[in-house]
Amino acid sequence: MRRIEIRPGFYRDSVSLMQVSQRAGVGIDGALVAMATPLNVELAIQMGFVLPPTSPNDLIIAIDAPNEESLSHAFDVVEEVLEEQLRKSREQSSESGITPARTLGRTQGARIALISVPGEFAFIDAVDALENDMNVMIFSDNVTMQDEILLKDIALSRDLLVMGPDCGTAIIGGVGLGFANVVSPGSVGIIAASGTGAQHLTTLLDHAGVGISHCIGLGGRDLSSAVAGRSAKQALALLEADEHTDLIVFVSKPAAPEVAQSLKDIASGMKKKVIFGLLGSTGSDITETAEKVLDEIGVTDRPWVNEVATAGSTGSTGSTGGSLRALFAGGTLCDEAMLIASKRTRVPIFSNIPLEKEWLLDPFGPATSHAFIDFGDDAMTVGRAHPMIDSKLRIERLAKEINDPSCGVILMDVVLGHGAISTPGEELSATISESSKPIFISLIGTTLDPQNFERQKAILAQAGAKVFLSNAYATHAALDALGVPR
Amino acid sequence: MNKLLSESLATATAGVSLLHDALLNQGVSTQAVEWSPPLGGKDLHDVMADQRRSVANELALSKMLNSGAVLVDVKPASEALNLGRGEFLHAGPPIEWSRASGPMRGALIAAMLYEKMADSAEAAELILEKNGVALEPCHHRGAVGPMAGVVTPSMWMFELQDPSTGNKSWCSLNEGLGKVLRYGAYSPEVIERLDWMRDVLGPLLQVGVRAREEHIDVRAIISQMIQMGDEGHNRNRAGTLMFLRDLLPFMIEGGTSSDVARAARFVGGNDHFFLNLVMPACKLQTRAAENIPGSTIVTVMARNGTDFGIQTSGTGNEWFIGPAQTPHGLYLGNYTADDANPDIGDSAITETAGIGGFSMAAAPAIVRFIGGSVPDALATTRRMYEICEGENPTFGIPVLEFRGAPTGIDVTRVLRTGILPQINTGMAGKVAGTGQVGAGLVTPPMEAFTAAITGLATRIV
Repeated sequence: MRRIEIRPGFYRDSVSLMQVSQRAGVGIDGALVAMATPLNVELAIQMGFVLPPTSPNDLIIAIDAPNEESLSHAFDVVEEVLEEQLRKSREQSSESGITPARTLGRTQGARIALISVPGEFAFIDAVDALENDMNVMIFSDNVTMQDEILLKDIALSRDLLVMGPDCGTAIIGGVGLGFANVVSPGSVGIIAASGTGAQHLTTLLDHAGVGISHCIGLGGRDLSSAVAGRSAKQALALLEADEHTDLIVFVSKPAAPEVAQSLKDIASGMKKKVIFGLLGSTGSDITETAEKVLDEIGVTDRPWVNEVATAGSTGSTGSTGGSLRALFAGGTLCDEAMLIASKRTRVPIFSNIPLEKEWLLDPFGPATSHAFIDFGDDAMTVGRAHPMIDSKLRIERLAKEINDPSCGVILMDVVLGHGAISTPGEELSATISESSKPIFISLIGTTLDPQNFERQKAILAQAGAKVFLSNAYATHAALDALGVPR
Repeated sequence: MNKLLSESLATATAGVSLLHDALLNQGVSTQAVEWSPPLGGKDLHDVMADQRRSVANELALSKMLNSGAVLVDVKPASEALNLGRGEFLHAGPPIEWSRASGPMRGALIAAMLYEKMADSAEAAELILEKNGVALEPCHHRGAVGPMAGVVTPSMWMFELQDPSTGNKSWCSLNEGLGKVLRYGAYSPEVIERLDWMRDVLGPLLQVGVRAREEHIDVRAIISQMIQMGDEGHNRNRAGTLMFLRDLLPFMIEGGTSSDVARAARFVGGNDHFFLNLVMPACKLQTRAAENIPGSTIVTVMARNGTDFGIQTSGTGNEWFIGPAQTPHGLYLGNYTADDANPDIGDSAITETAGIGGFSMAAAPAIVRFIGGSVPDALATTRRMYEICEGENPTFGIPVLEFRGAPTGIDVTRVLRTGILPQINTGMAGKVAGTGQVGAGLVTPPMEAFTAAITGLATRIV
């Protein structure tokens, strides 16, 4: 039986609500506790609920349970967990003896504001932070291009930096902001217009024993024609002046050619060397960029050329038939893998973030040929936590692909670090172990990450996955398994 | 150069708690804001994007802080405001008889009887129903009126001036509590008191004020009363006595002893007498910040018993209206919540200027009178800082280490935080003729602020 309750104007962030859903959903048929965004309303309807009219500022509590007793128990659990979260945040604030500020502008002494509110409101908080002399990192996506440009212009006029919107990763002075891995300190400064791109580059360098000074995030659109590298230019100047940085590396999804050129022009006039790792049909993948950095500083170690853990079966020899299904949490990792697959297969690679417009795929529908889904895409995270925090949708899809006869090989990423799920391998292992198809995984992390890199590697391998440190190498291995010629 | 990469990192977060926790786990100094989705939609977004706003609001605040208020004269409204026979002023945004509440109607009836434009309440109502009197808000003439705020030509007015701008503001003389015109009472004792105020009190105050060599600095008295347990809206005891101390010698020198004795007894026995000087002083403060293009600072909050209206600096004299709310608090005698009229009066100008409910922390003595506790009072003032542009060091609140009163209500902050301005208020009986039934706390309707953000958005150039 199903019951739904709407609480108008009750706000809680998507991650907290996911925890509520998980706790309430134990032992019953389904629980959705979420803000009434169009995506979540759609999910509730798919679960069989009939909804009254709602606004995105309303909370939905939708419970599906076998009987009245378990139904009302689930509602009690929801209530309990919501209360518990409130109590916890109040205790935290009373321990510090300060009433929490209600707006960023009223906090004391902060030099950087990390904004992860729903995208439609992020602009307002970002303006407030800039007006109060804070640098800003906007983790939120779904911010308009026009607003991004205005924020970056305000920042420039106040000699402040805006990282984002849709900036997942930054490391400033060793502190990880957003999704970031624990990497050793060093003298390589990174500028990244891509969150998982930055995570991948920093972890590869770390595996090779090379540390970083800072990693400045830009947001995925900074190198578009419209935004024209506004933050990128500031980031170059900041790293040029930074005493801890000797070498600068630029990593990005495909950039607008004229913007890329203008950045290269600036870089050619700088004292420090800048290595550009711009993805694209003519660019280099992230692993190649890492290798260029190592060449530059004379490190020969390449710990990622082979798979680092496997259950034992070789699997990669000979063709399995069927097509490749890639299920990514990291957008840039998805882009990188698609570029490699497209170059090698020379056939369309369908995706919800396609390389070519005609290759567009509905990420909720079935696939028939090569299909790459980015679960972190804006359209899939409205009112829902990022797949690096909430793996539910991706695991459901993985189970479907395992049983889909048209699927031959599966490719995935597992990203560790601050902000990501604490037990990603544990969550995936049961589903992976049911697969008779080869599953290739790029494990993005370092040995100092909170998730325990070695343990995650072992769990995934024991479940039957082939684990790589490099996403490019994992992708090539998956294509090899399909019998695609090199 | 931006010191982002060289300074030790201190962060503030808004949004997902997990990202805040990740910073705590790294041992970083970080603060999480208690965020909630803002109201105001696209209009708020556009006003936040307006590049004039930040500078305009700083200017509005500095003009408020630099304003002053001295008592320059006491004289009839006919002279002070050029108010003609058949013209009455009232509190709040514009209203006509047909929509007027009980206390507003009662006060207008009292005004008709006082001005001898009718000889009975019934006769007065007949004339008022036919709109036989010209009604206009006090604020339209730069004046303010407590509760019903009805001003007639022969009522005497305090005249205050702001030396920084030359602006003037006016307010009638306070009648005391209980059955009084401003609470909607019109019985014979009400009219008799008004007659005495016109014939004796007004002229005597005028003699005293004119005899002083220096003007009484009303703002300086407010600054002192805030440190003596008054918040300037529902408690004006210290202010009243300081005012009497400054004026009494000059009244004695200029008046007959029996008149002076009655006047001194009247003023000294009415703890709210000084409210009618605090209000125009506050009006001068907020008026100094009027008409700054792009500014989202509130310059007027006023109620007529039916509607609550606000004005902002960036939108001139346009009113943004919502329904007046009914206060919560304590009731006199046998009165209950059912007897209370919705919010009424221009006295919310005190909160608009940062005192009254905004400075509740300064007045622990009255928290129970309006149904609160001392921790509530501290929390209220702290909460008001969240919606204000800045602080007024002239009005230092002792218990908060003399932190300045929260000053300059910012419409964008009200909508972003969902925190409404806290107003201390008296409660009038909803039936005309009743008088005061209690005192308590009230907030404006959020509609006034969402309407104001739309008004501000339409003026973006």
